[in-house]
Amino acid sequence: MSKRIKASLFITCLVDQLYPDVGLSMVRVLQKAGVDVQFPEGQTCCGQPAFNSGFNSKALDLAHKFLDTFEDSDYVVLPSGSCGSMIKVFYEDLFKEDPALQKRMQAVAGRTYEFSQFLVNVLGVNDVGASFHGKATYHASCHLLRELGATNESINLMKSVQGLEFIAVENATVCCGFGGTFSVKYPDISEAMIGKKLDTIQASGADIVVANDSGCLMQLKGAMGRRKLRTRAVHLAELLDNKVTING
Amino acid sequence: MADIKTKEFKSESRKALNNPQIQKSLVRVIDHFGEARVNAIEEITPEVWEILREKARTIKTHTMSYLDHYLDLMEANVRKNGGVMHFAKDAAEANAIVASLISAKNAKSVIKSKSMISEEMGLNHVLEEMNVDVAETDLGEYIIQLAEETPFHIIAPAMHKSKEEVAKLFVEKAGTKLYKEIPELAEASRHLLREKFQFADVGITGANFMVAETGTLVLVTNEGNGRMCTSAPKMHIALAGMEKMLPSLEDLGVFLRLLARSATGQRLTSYTTFVSGPKREHDKDGPEEFHLIVVDNGRSKMLQDVDLREALNCIRCGACLNNCPIYQNVGGHAYGWVYSGPIGAVVTPMLVGLDQSKDLPFASTLCGRCKEVCPVKINIPHMLLRLRNKSTQNEGAGDKPGVKERVFFSLWFYMVKSKFLYKTSGRIGSGAQKILRMLKLENRIPFFGRWTRSRDLPLIPTKSFRDRWKDVGTAE
Repeated sequence: MSKRIKASLFITCLVDQLYPDVGLSMVRVLQKAGVDVQFPEGQTCCGQPAFNSGFNSKALDLAHKFLDTFEDSDYVVLPSGSCGSMIKVFYEDLFKEDPALQKRMQAVAGRTYEFSQFLVNVLGVNDVGASFHGKATYHASCHLLRELGATNESINLMKSVQGLEFIAVENATVCCGFGGTFSVKYPDISEAMIGKKLDTIQASGADIVVANDSGCLMQLKGAMGRRKLRTRAVHLAELLDNKVTING
Repeated sequence: MADIKTKEFKSESRKALNNPQIQKSLVRVIDHFGEARVNAIEEITPEVWEILREKARTIKTHTMSYLDHYLDLMEANVRKNGGVMHFAKDAAEANAIVASLISAKNAKSVIKSKSMISEEMGLNHVLEEMNVDVAETDLGEYIIQLAEETPFHIIAPAMHKSKEEVAKLFVEKAGTKLYKEIPELAEASRHLLREKFQFADVGITGANFMVAETGTLVLVTNEGNGRMCTSAPKMHIALAGMEKMLPSLEDLGVFLRLLARSATGQRLTSYTTFVSGPKREHDKDGPEEFHLIVVDNGRSKMLQDVDLREALNCIRCGACLNNCPIYQNVGGHAYGWVYSGPIGAVVTPMLVGLDQSKDLPFASTLCGRCKEVCPVKINIPHMLLRLRNKSTQNEGAGDKPGVKERVFFSLWFYMVKSKFLYKTSGRIGSGAQKILRMLKLENRIPFFGRWTRSRDLPLIPTKSFRDRWKDVGTAE
């Protein structure tokens, strides 16, 4: 019998504190795919909020914490493209003063995967056996797409969901306008961006919009709730875990 | 230097968002440019496009590393061709050189073709003060000259104006009839400008490229006005930022293929003009004098910064503007100076000072679209992050980051550093939110108000993931 794949969850602070159901769905999907899932309790945040606001030394401290927590893991899996790019792309930059640490960090980063990329590219799973009867569209989270290069993974997984009708929208790869503190520092621009996004989602007739990042989901859900849209924003893990139903 | 209004980013962006004409123009022009660019790349295939981008990046990186050598080579070849190359350390010095050349000629009228560096220098203003009649001859630049504005877009300076607005400007500032249609307006501008071309004493142009091995200046235009400026007047003065350098004509081939496709989706612009010095003995016409002014104005400082020097590779195609979701919403004037969009957010703080332009690096979601479309693969998001860090550390900035922000991140930092505080904060947050909701005060908290005015806050659950983890798995 081949050895079971062991993966540590980096659950990310937003999923931990705001969207725990997303985390639980991710665990169940991974377990169903035969992964032995671990949760190192010492973890908190990857430091991206500080890094994106220019507080690099605070972010570096949290990068150290991440390294300490996950250095011994076979794989690290997380439900967010932007935290993923923080670890896989930007930590390298933070550790540039210390080549030895940087090398250790690169090794862990190389074993760290965003959820959809882990399923498709590491486990080779495109179909998790989920079903959803309705129309779904995809919002490509910027960091997942452009820093981590995930172009098709989520769409393949969505298209394999039984009963799901996939609707491609023109501006699927345009930013939703979240951008962390950007959304409160420049609320006018952020609102204009999500406004355009919602117009196309609404026009597409989709029942759900799927995204793989809590930041985008917060922006989508927040604005959709205010507009009282019938369409719902869900995380890919929830869809694959059969937790999504259509609003009436 | 041109007026700096970068501190007004927030209010100016709000104005643009609420201006229906600007919003209409943005959609129209940006859709057009965006589609044209994609089609132009399809035509030569994305694979070939990637090869060209990589080549261009290599050439630029090499050239910037040996810029002193290529500047010397350029100077020697311009001299060999019978021209004069000047070097200006800043805008004031560049303006002074132009002024002295014009005074020496006793010139009264100047025609200009589109030049971003002259916008940077605020040259028109200097010439007007000298009582020299200066006319922009690129139609877009002509329009914004009449309107006394700065360019709204690097390659389409007047894209924000409707034909009605232009017609009104022509009546008020150029004394024409009130025209209704675009062809009539274009025809009117031809007549207005033809006279200027005929009698101008001096032609001033920018430069898209300088080719060191031949001492050649390369201009790309679509209206033919550039060529008129380099050939009709007795004196031609060319202005170029020192980063416009390329080693050889062979290198130029790579960039000509990238520039027009990225900018307008054309294979080549209608005119590609090569200028190698003044009129020679056997030439029938052309300027008697040729002066090239190479301008630093903060560029050597950029060159010294390993994290930011890449911005000097920019060929000003405007693709990052057209594809930026921020620019698509607020347009060019919000950026408050000459350069706008993602590249403006990097270049402006470097050239006018970060203390003057603190909003620019922060007014981005770091979505990475600019990097994806850049023909020379400039990693703009990474440079914005570097500038944010500089700003927070007070490097080269006059004022410190906002107190609220520093306090927020300090508190946040203590929370995420400690497992205990981190765990309890969720519970406290959840409880506090419930109370605030009950009292209908949730939307009144200062920091969150900017979120909640248009978006619901997520409801913080009583139990976090880590509290519920044991339901599905076992802790390590």
